[in-house]
Amino acid sequence: MNIDYSLFFRAMQPESLLIEAALAIIILDLTVMRRKDLSARLNVASLVGALAVALAAVLALRNGAMGEILNGVLNLDTLAVATRVGVLGLTLLVLGIGTGGARIRNPAEYVVIVLCAAVGFMLMASAQQLLLVFLALELASLSLYVLAGFDKSRPESAEAGLKYFLFGGMAAAFLLFGFSLLYGLTGTLDLPGMSVVMAATGFHPMLAVAMVMILVGFGYKAAAAPFHLWAPDAYQGAPAPAAAFIASASKLAGFVLFTRLLWGSASQGQMLGATPGWVPVVWLLAGASMLVGNLAALAQSNVRRLLAYSAIAHAGALLLGVIASGRSGPGPLFFYLTTYGIATAGAFGVFHVLENQGGAQKLKDLAGLHRRSPLLAGCLMVFILSLAGVPPLSGFFGKFAVFAAALSPAGLGSPTGWLAVFAIAMSAVGLYYYLLILKEALVRPAAAGATAVKVPAAAALTLVAAAGLTLIFGMFPSLLLRWF
Amino acid sequence: MNLLPWTIYLSFAGALLALVAGARSAAAARGIALVTALASWGVVLVAATGFTPAPKMVTLVDAPWIESLGIHYHLAADGISLVLLVLTGLAATAGVLFSWNIKERTGEFFAYFLTLIGGVYGVFLSADAFLFFVFYEIAIVPKYFLIANWGSTNREYGAMKLVLYSFAGSALVLAALLWIYAAGGASGFGLGELTAAAATLGRPEQLAVFALLFLGFAVLAGMFPFHTWAPTGHVAAPTAVSMLLAGVVMKLGAYGCLRVALPLVPDALAFWQPAILALAVIGIVYAGLIALVQDDFKFVIGYSSVSHMGFVLLGLGAGNVRAASGAVLQMFSHGVIAGLLFAVVGRMVYERTHTRKLADLRQLPLHKLLPFAAVVFVIAGLASMGLPGFSGFPAELAILIGAWQTSPFWALGAALGVLVAAAFTLRAIQVSFFGKDDRDPVAADAHHHYEPISVPEKAGAFLLIAASLVVGLKPDLLFDWITPALQSPAFQAVLKGGTP
Repeated sequence: MNIDYSLFFRAMQPESLLIEAALAIIILDLTVMRRKDLSARLNVASLVGALAVALAAVLALRNGAMGEILNGVLNLDTLAVATRVGVLGLTLLVLGIGTGGARIRNPAEYVVIVLCAAVGFMLMASAQQLLLVFLALELASLSLYVLAGFDKSRPESAEAGLKYFLFGGMAAAFLLFGFSLLYGLTGTLDLPGMSVVMAATGFHPMLAVAMVMILVGFGYKAAAAPFHLWAPDAYQGAPAPAAAFIASASKLAGFVLFTRLLWGSASQGQMLGATPGWVPVVWLLAGASMLVGNLAALAQSNVRRLLAYSAIAHAGALLLGVIASGRSGPGPLFFYLTTYGIATAGAFGVFHVLENQGGAQKLKDLAGLHRRSPLLAGCLMVFILSLAGVPPLSGFFGKFAVFAAALSPAGLGSPTGWLAVFAIAMSAVGLYYYLLILKEALVRPAAAGATAVKVPAAAALTLVAAAGLTLIFGMFPSLLLRWF
Repeated sequence: MNLLPWTIYLSFAGALLALVAGARSAAAARGIALVTALASWGVVLVAATGFTPAPKMVTLVDAPWIESLGIHYHLAADGISLVLLVLTGLAATAGVLFSWNIKERTGEFFAYFLTLIGGVYGVFLSADAFLFFVFYEIAIVPKYFLIANWGSTNREYGAMKLVLYSFAGSALVLAALLWIYAAGGASGFGLGELTAAAATLGRPEQLAVFALLFLGFAVLAGMFPFHTWAPTGHVAAPTAVSMLLAGVVMKLGAYGCLRVALPLVPDALAFWQPAILALAVIGIVYAGLIALVQDDFKFVIGYSSVSHMGFVLLGLGAGNVRAASGAVLQMFSHGVIAGLLFAVVGRMVYERTHTRKLADLRQLPLHKLLPFAAVVFVIAGLASMGLPGFSGFPAELAILIGAWQTSPFWALGAALGVLVAAAFTLRAIQVSFFGKDDRDPVAADAHHHYEPISVPEKAGAFLLIAASLVVGLKPDLLFDWITPALQSPAFQAVLKGGTP
C-alpha cells in the first residue's frame, strides 16, 4: 500500500477547512462573544461560517477533479466536485437565510452543526468505500436530527427532531444491513472492487435482499412514498433554515450517493444497477411519490406542509432521474437537484423571514405580501414558479432534462417513458397548489393590521442571489451542464 | 426584418421598467407601457414594409443555446408569423389604451401585461420547438395574475381554471415533443430536426404524437369540448386582458397547431381530419347557440369567440391552401373584432353601468347615453357577423370554400354557424343598446351622469375598426403574405397529405 498523504491532505482541504472553522466559531463564541446578545453572536458565527464555506468552495473548485485518493477510498471525479460545490453553495444559502432570526438559543452551536452536516454531505459525494459511505451519511444525518430539534422554544421543533431521528435511525439500520449483506457477498468494501466481483459471480438471491434493504433505507432518507410520513412533520416543526437544509443540500448529496451506488462512476461500469428487478421497484417508488406528494399537497393549508408534500413529489421525479442517469449520465439529475435545492431553500428563507416577524405558517398568513414586502413577494414568486416548472426558470429545465433522459431512447416503448409522461401530467396538477401560495402572496389583500415586513440585509441579499441564480440557470442551463 | 427580435426584448424591458416606475407613479407606468407597445408595433410595421413574401422562413437569429441537447436560440419569420406579429402589436397597443383607467398597482399590471406580450411575440418568432414552448409558457402564467388581481366576476376561479387548462394543454405538447425527440433520436429541437425524427416513428406512434400536439394546442385555441375555460376566463378578466386573451392568446394555440403540430407529422392530418372538422363545426354551432341564450353580456362575447375560433380550426383541419390561408386571416380578423367587442362591453359599458346583465341593460337607453359605444358596437357586431367590407368576410369565405372542397357536409354545418352568429350578435345589439324606447324621458334623465368616453378609448376603437376595414376592403394585403408562406415545403407536405 503506497499512500500519497500529501495528495490526501490536498483533496481534503475543503472538509478540513470547515472543521477548523467550526472549532474557531466555538472558541470565538466562548471567549470574545460571550457577553454579547444572541443576534450578534449568530451574525458573527454565521459570518465566519459563510467565509469558510465560500473559501472551501474556492478550494474545491481549484483542486478540481483529482481522481482516486487513498487507493480509491475516495474518488474525486467531476460529479463529486460538482456536488461538493453545490453542497457548499446551498450551505451558504442556508446560513444566509438563517441570519436575523433571534429565536435560536445557541447560535454558535447551530452554525457549527450546519458545517458538520456540510462535511458529511461532501464526503457522501466522494466516498467509494461502504464504511466511509455509512460514516459520512450518519455524520450528516445526526447533524440534521439535531438541527431539526434546535428550536427549544417550540414543542413542534422537538417533535420534528424526534420523528426525524426515529425514522432516520430505522433507515440507517436498513442501510447498514444491506451494506453488510453486500460485504458478505463480495468480500470487499470498495465499490469498484464490488462491481468487479458482482460482474464475475453474476446474480445471487441475497443480492436482491441487499438491494431491497438499501432501497428502503434510501427511500426513508429521501422521503419517497411510502416512506414519506416523517417529512411533513419534520418540515413543519424544524426551524426554517434547518428545513431548508434538509430539503436542499441533504437531497443533493443523498441522491448523488444513491446514483453512485447504483451506476458507479464513469470509469467503473454498473454497480448495483445491474441487479435485475431493482428498476421496477424504484419505478414504483417514484410513481407513488409523485402521486401521493402531488395529491396530498392539494389539501394543505400550512405552507410548510405543502412544501413538504411538494418535496415528496419532487423526490419521485428525482428517482425517475436516478433511473434515467444510468443511460444519460448524472447531468440532468444533478441539474434538477441543484436548482430544486436553491428554489426550495429560497422559499423556506422567505417563510423564515415572515415567521420571525410574528407570522405563522398558514397559507393565509402570506396574504398581502406584495404590499408588505415587494422584495419577498418577488423572490417567492420566482422560487415557487421554478418549483412548479415554469420556464424560463431553472426548475423547468431540470424537469425537461430529466424527462428527456427518461424518454430516451425508447419513447413510450419503455415503462420509464410512461413514468415520464405521468410526471409531466402530475406537474400540471402541481401548478394548482403552487398557484395557491402565489395567490395569497400576490393577489389577496393584507389582513387588517398587517404591517410592512422588515427583511434583514443578509437574508435579503441571499434571497435575491438565490432568485437570480434560479433565473440564470434557467436561461443558461449550460452553465451547469457543461461540467458533465 | 432583422429588427423583429427587438419586439421581444423591448416588451420584456418595458415590463421591467413599468414595474420599477409603477412603484412611484402610475402615469409613468402607463406611459412606458404605451411607448413600449407602440415601439414594438412600429418595429413590426417597419419590418413588414421591407418584407418580400417567400415560401420559406427567414432566419433572424440562430445561436446555439443548450448544446448538450442541440437546442438553438433560433428566431425566424415568414408571412404567417408577420400577420400575427402585426396583430399582436395592434392588440397590445389597443390593450394599453383600454386599460388607461387601471388605478390599483398600475406598474405591476403593465409588467404582467408586457411580459405576456413579449411571450406572444416570442412564440410567433420561434423556429425551435423548445424556444417555442418556453415563450408559450411565459405567455400563460401572467394571465393568472392579471385576471386574479384586476378581474371582476369570480376572478380567482376564472383565472385558475384558465391557467390550469392552458398548462394541461402545454403538458400534452411537452410530452409529445419529448417523445419525438427521444424516441426519434433527434439531434435537436429545430422544427426540421423534429420532423425528420418524427418520420422515423411507427405509424401508430405518429398518430398518437400528432393527437397530443394538436389537442394540446387546440385547448388554448378553444376547441370544443375543451373550450369552457375561455368564456369563464374572458368574463373574469379585466377588459384589456379579455382583449388580449381573445385577440392573441387564443391565436397562440391555433398558431401552434399550424406551425408545430401539422408540419411535424405531415401525414397524420388525413387520419384525424374527420375528428378535427367535426369538433370544429360542433364548436362553431354549439358555442353560437349558447351565446344566443346568455344573460351576461360578456358571456355572449366569450362564447362568440369560441365560435369564431372554430372557423380557424376548421380552416386548419380542411387541409388545403385556401382554407389554411383563410384560417390565418381569420386569426387576424377575430383578434381585431373580438378585441373591439370586449372593449365596448368591458370598458365602455361595464365600467360605467357596473352591470353586464342583459336584463338590466335592457332598462337603459344606452344608445342615447353612450352613443359612441353604441355605434362602435354596431360596427363591431356587423364585422363579427361577417358582413362584406370587414375582415371577417374574406376570412370566413375562404375557410368555407376551402372546407367545401374537403367536405361539403361540414362546410354546410359551418355555414349554419354563420347564421347563428348573426342571430346572437343582433340579439345582443338589440337588447343591450336599443332595449328601452328612447322617447321615455325618465329613463334618459336618470342616467345622464355616465362619464363621457375618454380619448384613449376612442383612439383604441378607431385603431381596431380601421384595421378590420382595411383588411376587409383589401384582404390581399395579408393574403399576399400568407399564401406564399403556405407554399413552403413543410406546409406543402401537410396539405398534400404527407407526400412532399
